[in-house]
Amino acid sequence: MRDAIRLLLNGRAVELRGVDPRMTLLDWLRVRRRMTGTKEGCNEGDCGACTVSVTRLENGRPARRALNACIQLLPMLDGCAVTTVEGAAPAGRLHPAQEAIVRLHGSQCGFCTPGFVMSIHAACGPGAPPEADSPPDLLAGNLCRCTGYGPLLEAARQARAAPRPDWEPDDEAMAAMLRGLDDDEDLRLEGGGCVAHAPASLESLCALAAERPGALLVAGATDVGLWLTKRLDEPAELIFMHRVKELRHITEKDDEITIGAGARYVDARPVLARAAADLGELIRRIGSVQVRNAGTIGGNIANGSPIGDMAPALIALGARVELRLGARGRSLPLEDFFIDYGRQDRAPGEVLTAIRLPRPADPARLRCWKISKRFDQDITAVLGAFDIAVEDGVVRHARIAFGGMAATPRRARATEQALLGRPWTEETVEDALPALARDFAPIDDMRASAAYRLRVAGALLRKRLIEDMAPGAPTRLAGTREGAA
Amino acid sequence: MTDPERIKGGVATPVPHDSAVRHVRGEAVYVDDIPEPPGCLHAAFGLSERAHARILELDLSEVREAPGVVAVLTARDLPGANDVSASAHDEPLLAEDEVLFHGQPIFAVIAESHLAARRAARKARIRYQDLPAILTIDQALAAGSLLEPMREMVKGDPEAALAAAPRRLRGRVELGGQEHFYLEGQAALSVPGEGDEMTVHASSQHPTEIQHKVAETLGVPFNAVTVIVRRMGGGFGGKESQGNAPACLTAAAARLLGRPVKMRYDRDDDFLVTGKRHDFRIDYEVGFDDQGRILAVVIDQAARCGWATDLSLPVCDRAMLHADNAYHLPHARIRSWRCRTNTVSNTAFRGFGGPQGMAGIERVMDHVAHALGLDPLEVRRRNFYDPPGGARTLTPYHMTVEDCVIAEIVDELAESCAYARRRAEIAEWNARNQVIKRGLALTPVKFGISFTLTHLNQAAALVHVYTDGSVHLNHGGTEMGQGLFVKVAQVAAEAFQIDLDRVRITATDTGKAANTSATAASSGSDLNGMAVRDACEKIKRRLTAFAAERFQTSADQVRFLPGRVRVGEEEIAFPDLVRMAWEARVPLSATGFYATPRISWDRAAGRGRPFYYFAYGAAATEAAIDALTGQWRIERVDILHDVGRSLNPAIDLGQIEGGFVQGMGWLTMEELVWDEAGRLRTHAPSTYKIPAAGDRPRHMNIRIWERGENREPTIHRSKAVGEPPLMLGISAWLALSDAAASCGPAYPALDAPATPERVLRAIARARGERWP
Ligand SMILES: Cc1cc2nc3c(=O)[nH]c(=O)nc-3n(C[C@H](O)[C@H](O)[C@H](O)COP(=O)(O)OP(=O)(O)OC[C@H]3O[C@@H](n4cnc5c(N)ncnc54)[C@H](O)[C@@H]3O)c2cc1C
Ligand code: FES
Ligand code: FES
Repeated sequence: MRDAIRLLLNGRAVELRGVDPRMTLLDWLRVRRRMTGTKEGCNEGDCGACTVSVTRLENGRPARRALNACIQLLPMLDGCAVTTVEGAAPAGRLHPAQEAIVRLHGSQCGFCTPGFVMSIHAACGPGAPPEADSPPDLLAGNLCRCTGYGPLLEAARQARAAPRPDWEPDDEAMAAMLRGLDDDEDLRLEGGGCVAHAPASLESLCALAAERPGALLVAGATDVGLWLTKRLDEPAELIFMHRVKELRHITEKDDEITIGAGARYVDARPVLARAAADLGELIRRIGSVQVRNAGTIGGNIANGSPIGDMAPALIALGARVELRLGARGRSLPLEDFFIDYGRQDRAPGEVLTAIRLPRPADPARLRCWKISKRFDQDITAVLGAFDIAVEDGVVRHARIAFGGMAATPRRARATEQALLGRPWTEETVEDALPALARDFAPIDDMRASAAYRLRVAGALLRKRLIEDMAPGAPTRLAGTREGAA
Repeated sequence: MTDPERIKGGVATPVPHDSAVRHVRGEAVYVDDIPEPPGCLHAAFGLSERAHARILELDLSEVREAPGVVAVLTARDLPGANDVSASAHDEPLLAEDEVLFHGQPIFAVIAESHLAARRAARKARIRYQDLPAILTIDQALAAGSLLEPMREMVKGDPEAALAAAPRRLRGRVELGGQEHFYLEGQAALSVPGEGDEMTVHASSQHPTEIQHKVAETLGVPFNAVTVIVRRMGGGFGGKESQGNAPACLTAAAARLLGRPVKMRYDRDDDFLVTGKRHDFRIDYEVGFDDQGRILAVVIDQAARCGWATDLSLPVCDRAMLHADNAYHLPHARIRSWRCRTNTVSNTAFRGFGGPQGMAGIERVMDHVAHALGLDPLEVRRRNFYDPPGGARTLTPYHMTVEDCVIAEIVDELAESCAYARRRAEIAEWNARNQVIKRGLALTPVKFGISFTLTHLNQAAALVHVYTDGSVHLNHGGTEMGQGLFVKVAQVAAEAFQIDLDRVRITATDTGKAANTSATAASSGSDLNGMAVRDACEKIKRRLTAFAAERFQTSADQVRFLPGRVRVGEEEIAFPDLVRMAWEARVPLSATGFYATPRISWDRAAGRGRPFYYFAYGAAATEAAIDALTGQWRIERVDILHDVGRSLNPAIDLGQIEGGFVQGMGWLTMEELVWDEAGRLRTHAPSTYKIPAAGDRPRHMNIRIWERGENREPTIHRSKAVGEPPLMLGISAWLALSDAAASCGPAYPALDAPATPERVLRAIARARGERWP
């Protein structure tokens, strides 16, 4: 049992004992260490001003990730190398990201700038995700109110093309340093009136969780973080799950894909995108690079939000979830996991361990669309996911699920019935619309009115049809029809 | 590289922002980054949870007992005045018996940490008695709840001209508000000094106003308070008056407790507490001929001002003053209702009412074109003000437009962006495609430069030349990212003919430049550039006189060349001359001053010459919409903008691009939603969406208009650039409207912000469909 957090901060080893495990990395940097280069713009993961570049071991190799320091709790950095803007370059030198931003006039008020620097810094490191090649995706999690982004996007492009700075350790050296921080010890931390555990194995996680059903489970903290920074919750006991390697496993078989509940979006995306192209595109639109580097698929489901994005798509694909309470495991269809608003079929202390989905026969069959005010990093107003198979012009298979239309992510069962066995035509779709109105009675809120939600839900069904009827016609403003055409 | 005949970083060179390297290294210091003085405490507000209510009981016992709390302040505890208003004295820092909006500060917690203060602030138990709340423009108009009686501007006989017009139409457009979303929230740090002295570090566009309000809060003379502003992490108007509250509160607490006190708003509090851009509803009736020439208009503007006056009156005035935009309106009646509501008190925001006024008339042009089946650009062109010397140059406020270049700019842009060809292509695309529809709009901007309150058009500066020839520069303008400091430093470098790196830029400080105006109305470089040049010229005159005397020649034989001064046949390095002058006891410091000439404004009559000159520009934007869902994308924009002769083209291009994107955000995606209880539901970036990197149009061609030159003798014949480009964003909104119009025969009457829901409603309107 270890009782201190170990991390590297700008290359220097730091051990933290007795610190409040609920403290965010941002507060620690700015308040405790008076390192004020990292800024706070929102304190909820949405603006990127607090972005830091964190290198961690993923599958034994170093991967550099941009993370929002404002919703990273300190214990989550255990075993990581944290680079802040102060450490991006040695005195008198500039990192290529910094140099390009200066040269291209990418800063005006400058408050967002350290965050942009660190997002680009992370993308210049090892293990960069595909977004690194698409500057608008790479920077979707960094808001700038002054510039209009042009020079920053160009700076990202140029910095990515620049040679790696000579002061940075190579991957081998970095891996060795990180391995030096890693161990298989469970962690128990105590400070500020809070106890936190960070078990290193699935066994001890499940045992702990069952034993302490009142403790709050924390995965990527992209939901939990806001409960602390915004709702100002003061949970007395936390169980961190990020050190449990088994929870992050992703396995692909011919007929089935298993995603560990602790797998982060960044790691699960390639596999899921191969399985269903639209699922990959959907993940691209969940949060931002920073959020996807932290958030887990399991957290998205366990959180049970009616506007969580993964659930409708996974329900449409017929996914199941696996749960464990102590040593006892069980499995159930994902759609049955959601009982009502804020209620899931999960006992206190029960851990969601994995999501299993049958591999779709055709990666283009699932179609899903996320409707939001902004394409990038926005929360869903309506999400429609359609797995529809047509044989000889007749609908043979229809699993349709929506988010944002009810108190939970839910299947549109009446609509499915209205389609099954009928010819796949405009008439059938028109006839199915009343069924859709029976399936859902959405609400008005700040994201959309009930009337809009219902209308758009129907429109998405029509879009699904149009994409079949007119395969070449443009139907999408975001993403591509990757294989869907 | 280095040209001995050119100084480095003189005017017109695209030098980077003076803080660029500090920005990228995280070394630029904002208020919350200043090393905290020992014993520094932290403040947070406790906010009203009702839109309008009497406070029956304020139980703060749990707040006081919360961990880390040092003091809790209510209105009764304040040492002096309880008022943070810009001028009307109707804005208490802390509510007394009644709350007037949801989010109004009622008390303040002073604690050992920011987090402790925030936590404690939630522990209040308040009993309210609800009072009727006026939340919307409709409710305010029905109740006659106005900040002042309706105001009006009249030119000609609009009713008669309307009656005689061959064609007429009416319409209504709603324009939402806008949150500034400066990345750095409101912040202030007050440090008590000796006796009654107080130093305040603020994130403010208006240090002088902070000085005054803090002095009133403390009950001390202005000279006891020093306000320092090094930089802001964005302002956009949101730090013109909205910084008063944290400054006054921290100063009061610092005085009472004898310790430094810092306050920064958590982002959600910032959304709830501070004012935003005014939302407007504009009704119009327009008479026109078959060619689309406007004959008469009646434009009724109603603005939601919120619970207090703040800057709403001049904001609404400016909306009226831009109800014409670039168009000659032969007969016009422009009326304005300033609605007092139980919502946050709206305030200055880049454009200061101008954007709303302009969006109104652009909607009229679009609507008229639709009614006639004409290309909207053609209709616009037919209504432009004449160039200098023409007959159609009189505005509805009876000022003659003497510098109109809009027709030239629009022609050049229409050509360079291939407007006509793309229009045809889009029509063809729309005929072929049912789901994705495209639209194009080219709109002009004519924006009046000067504060409408004439006496604000003044500026002060202080310049020291040290004996090594380096220069210390100070003026009343503040740096919020707009590049004011570097531009003004370029002016100083140019004046002395020394390299820019010899000029030290220093924080704005009420102890150095006094009685200054807000850095607002795009006036920063116009006013402060001139004031600084005035100071530099004073010193140069003294140096010239000295040199002429010392070298036995006449003053006209003294010339400032790059890095040196030629005196007759001799050349002396600038630092050497300075040193010689010092030894001869020549004063090397000077204050500078500037007051804008030629302006006057009779607010009561709605007549005068409120603007020194106009800035012009135009944008052509192409958009695509998904006719099934209402989602959209802005695909391309071409911009041609007049900055006169640019002081710094790199900075100006940045202002243009950023202004466009911000204006586009206002009219398209940024939606403020209040519920029936008057609570703002979109109070954080999770729910309020400003444009992200991916929303920037994929193709963005921005050019500074090369022929631009200010007809007035402004600083190096430049033009203000802070606000005008924001209004280029109107073209994005109207491009979406154009795309929606392609879906059906009727006018889509797209309101703003054009969220997917509003776009879908506009499509339904175009198609004549019913919408529940
Ligand atoms: C800026 C931002 C943007 C976002 N955008 C989107 C978006 O576009 N779409 C979207 O759907 N979501 C979005 N989210 C929400 C969030 O990212 C997801 O819900 C995320 O997947 C949660 O995962 P996590 O690992 O961070 O969970 P945490 O925050 O750690 O946990 C969430 C909840 O799940 C529980 N939990 C987590 N893992 C388990 C487990 N294995 N077993 C049992 N319980 C568990 C926790 O106890 C907690 O109650 C966004 C969040 C932020 C901050
Ligand atoms: S402060 Fe905005 S994302 Fe962290
Ligand atoms: S430069 Fe001001 S927010 Fe980006």
